[in-house]
Amino acid sequence: MSIASLAIRRLFTAVPTLFIIITAAFFMMRAAPGGPFDSERALLPEIEANIKAAYDLDKPLVDQYFIYLKRVVRGDFGPSYKFKDFTVNELIATGFPTSLKLGGAAIILALALGVSLGTAAALRQNSLTDHVVMTAAMTGIAVPNFVMAPLMALIFGIYLKVLPVAGWEEGTIKDMVLPVIALTLPYTAYIARLTRGSMIEVLHTNYVRTARAKGLPERRIILRHALPAAILPVVSFLGPATAGIITGSVVIEQIFQAPGIGRYFVQGALNRDYTLVMGVVIFYAALIMLFNLIVDLVYALLDPRVRYK
Amino acid sequence: MTAAVEQIAGRSLWQDALRRLRRNRAAVMALAVIAVIALLSIVGPWAAPHPYDTLNYDYIAIAPNLAHGFFLGTDAVGRDLFVRILYGVRISLMVALAATTVSLTIGIVYGAVAGYVGGRIDEAMMRFVDVLYSLPFMFFVIILMVVFGRNIILMFLALGAVEWLTMARIVRGQAMSLKNREFIEAAVAAGARTPTIIRRHIIPNLLGPVVVYVTLTIPQVILVESFLSFLGLGVQEPLTSLGVLISEGADEMETAPWMLIFPAATLAALLFSFNFLGDGVRDALDPKDR
Repeated sequence: MSIASLAIRRLFTAVPTLFIIITAAFFMMRAAPGGPFDSERALLPEIEANIKAAYDLDKPLVDQYFIYLKRVVRGDFGPSYKFKDFTVNELIATGFPTSLKLGGAAIILALALGVSLGTAAALRQNSLTDHVVMTAAMTGIAVPNFVMAPLMALIFGIYLKVLPVAGWEEGTIKDMVLPVIALTLPYTAYIARLTRGSMIEVLHTNYVRTARAKGLPERRIILRHALPAAILPVVSFLGPATAGIITGSVVIEQIFQAPGIGRYFVQGALNRDYTLVMGVVIFYAALIMLFNLIVDLVYALLDPRVRYK
Repeated sequence: MTAAVEQIAGRSLWQDALRRLRRNRAAVMALAVIAVIALLSIVGPWAAPHPYDTLNYDYIAIAPNLAHGFFLGTDAVGRDLFVRILYGVRISLMVALAATTVSLTIGIVYGAVAGYVGGRIDEAMMRFVDVLYSLPFMFFVIILMVVFGRNIILMFLALGAVEWLTMARIVRGQAMSLKNREFIEAAVAAGARTPTIIRRHIIPNLLGPVVVYVTLTIPQVILVESFLSFLGLGVQEPLTSLGVLISEGADEMETAPWMLIFPAATLAALLFSFNFLGDGVRDALDPKDR
């Protein structure tokens, strides 16, 4: 199967999946007791009717669904219910650069650091390096980011005063250090473990033995022969890792007060801002699926067995 | 004669596993830590000098103080942190138990049906799991919490319903591969009856990976519950959970660091222990390791 046909096949399954997500999100939100316009102060019935009409909430549910679906297909998530005068698209567009910066840095760091640490541990199996890396990895996996983040802020921000506790003035490097570390740590740890395991396996294969027998330098054996094969489980982990980093960014942005999409999402969830929550969920789902598609294609490029199956 | 046969038959898979687990010091330590924390969370609130929801305006955010019986200090409205942490642990362990049971039930039934029936039904069922896998589930749990109010029982169900996918895959794969294994064939050739084969060969081998996955699901579920509560989308006042306590502690960490450190340490200890126990159980049950 060529790469192109693999891509097309995956796209065909992505469309119905996205459709299911939109439908599920829509009906779950509409099943909610209480509306977004319930407030302490009772509105006059006429005013309430006007507001509802303006947001199409007076139409039958099925009609509302199709109106929403049509809009979403055009890439329009509608107005936010709570942030008056803003559309959901505008909110996502404002938050996305920050979230992308944080998430992108976290993914790249996780890959670079995780793979090198895992390889180092595998090459010196059962040495001190190995034990230190694996213990650190266990800590990174077991301690959740919303525990790690405030603790780091306490140590580096309050006790040592070397980094800002929270805040995001212009998104300088200093502002980014703690959130990115908190975000990346569990995935760096997991990737290190994955790399170590598969590297140990690959180092025992016949073709690595052949490379050794040919007298190739160790560096070349590791980088050119062992690493491309050992990295495969890491590549397939990148899909779930992206999803996890996106989810994690929700809480990290909250803790460090970074103005990303995640913060809008939590605000929206607490305020019952239905359109905002649905918009963010659909946006994230599409993003995750796109990334999964890219990961699958990269995997097929790296592993010839997938293509000729 | 029978005694001799029994001697040769020796230890069962589970006895073997238990012996290996006992020899794993990290796993035994982890089990001890879990047992102590669990026991404290059950007995502690009775024995502690303060109830979990009493506001003590004379003792607002005081540091750990043995004289007044606030072993771990008080929170921003003067409630005893020690007892609140124990209540948080109760919630965590309850979620772990309930959600894991839900995911176990759905996962085993679904996976076993797909694996045994096979063919087109299997394909359709697993395709459905694939589709669900690609959904950002945390967001759906959040929507559920938004929609139905922050109801604890619903949260248990939602978390369980999210976690069954991997279980279904594991059980299916196991069931499929077991059908055609040599030791099953050998058992058939030796004249063992089907119920015996199922009891002695299929179930123990199916249960191994399931037990391993269960011990790894528990910290996962505890983590997700704390995550939701941290965001304010989980357990509500006056009840509390470790996630809520950590979030409150993070707000007060400059003036009252113990409010952050103690709940965070408790959650970390729980998650660590469950992860180590899970790893230990996996090593103990993995036949490749022998």
